[in-house]
Amino acid sequence: MAEETQITKAPAEQSSSEGPSRSEGPAPRPGPRGPRPGGAPGAPREGGRKYFRRKKVCKFCVEKIESINYKDVRLLAQFVAESGKIVPRRLTGVCTPHQRRLSTAIKQARNIALLPFAGRAS
Amino acid sequence: MNRTYELMFIVRPDMAEEELDKLISTLETAVTGNSGTVKAVERMGKRRLAYTVRRFHDGIYVLLTVEGGGGLIHELERRLRVTEPVIKFLTVRIDEEQKRLEKIQKIRAARKKTSVAPAAEPAGGEAAAVTA
Repeated sequence: MAEETQITKAPAEQSSSEGPSRSEGPAPRPGPRGPRPGGAPGAPREGGRKYFRRKKVCKFCVEKIESINYKDVRLLAQFVAESGKIVPRRLTGVCTPHQRRLSTAIKQARNIALLPFAGRAS
Repeated sequence: MNRTYELMFIVRPDMAEEELDKLISTLETAVTGNSGTVKAVERMGKRRLAYTVRRFHDGIYVLLTVEGGGGLIHELERRLRVTEPVIKFLTVRIDEEQKRLEKIQKIRAARKKTSVAPAAEPAGGEAAAVTA
């Protein structure tokens, strides 16, 4: 539920610069961001809100995984939400070319019934 | 004409082993009949499907790697569509991907070799610049 509010807010945020839109004092905003993977950013408490959020690295670039196949369901399932949706790369930190390949692989896996279109992956 | 395809199909779970063998051999003869070669046949066994397909919850997955032209795939898919026990299939072309992977592995091997060699300074420097 909290993640959905983030996702709908994202297009509006990205049109403006990243710093000011993220500087939210009130409680509800930092709350959903807390349990996100990667931990809290360095020093947001002070005035320097322009801090680049947690330099999350692309898992594929770091581990040098070259081929993202539709057959390895365990790897793909890490990037699929509980509802079966593909997780945006804002949250997983995957780089763009890998996200594109990952997305194609997930869609192929869905077509051959290795991953669900919607609902929990059994 | 050197296109490599991966054809994965799902067969209904209550199919017998011999019938599956017969089906696969029929497909193999179709491949050779259309001037192609079968690279590999892999039976991935019975798996639970992520969603219900034609009122089945499980299926036997088979992966067929073939080499040939597009017309061959057209023929194979036509056969699979007609075959009653086959409930789903997916064809993926993999020769471009394999080429890309080979290229990466070659670059990696060359980089390793030059980084190991002591006097290969320009190549080592270039590799360091690439990795940085």
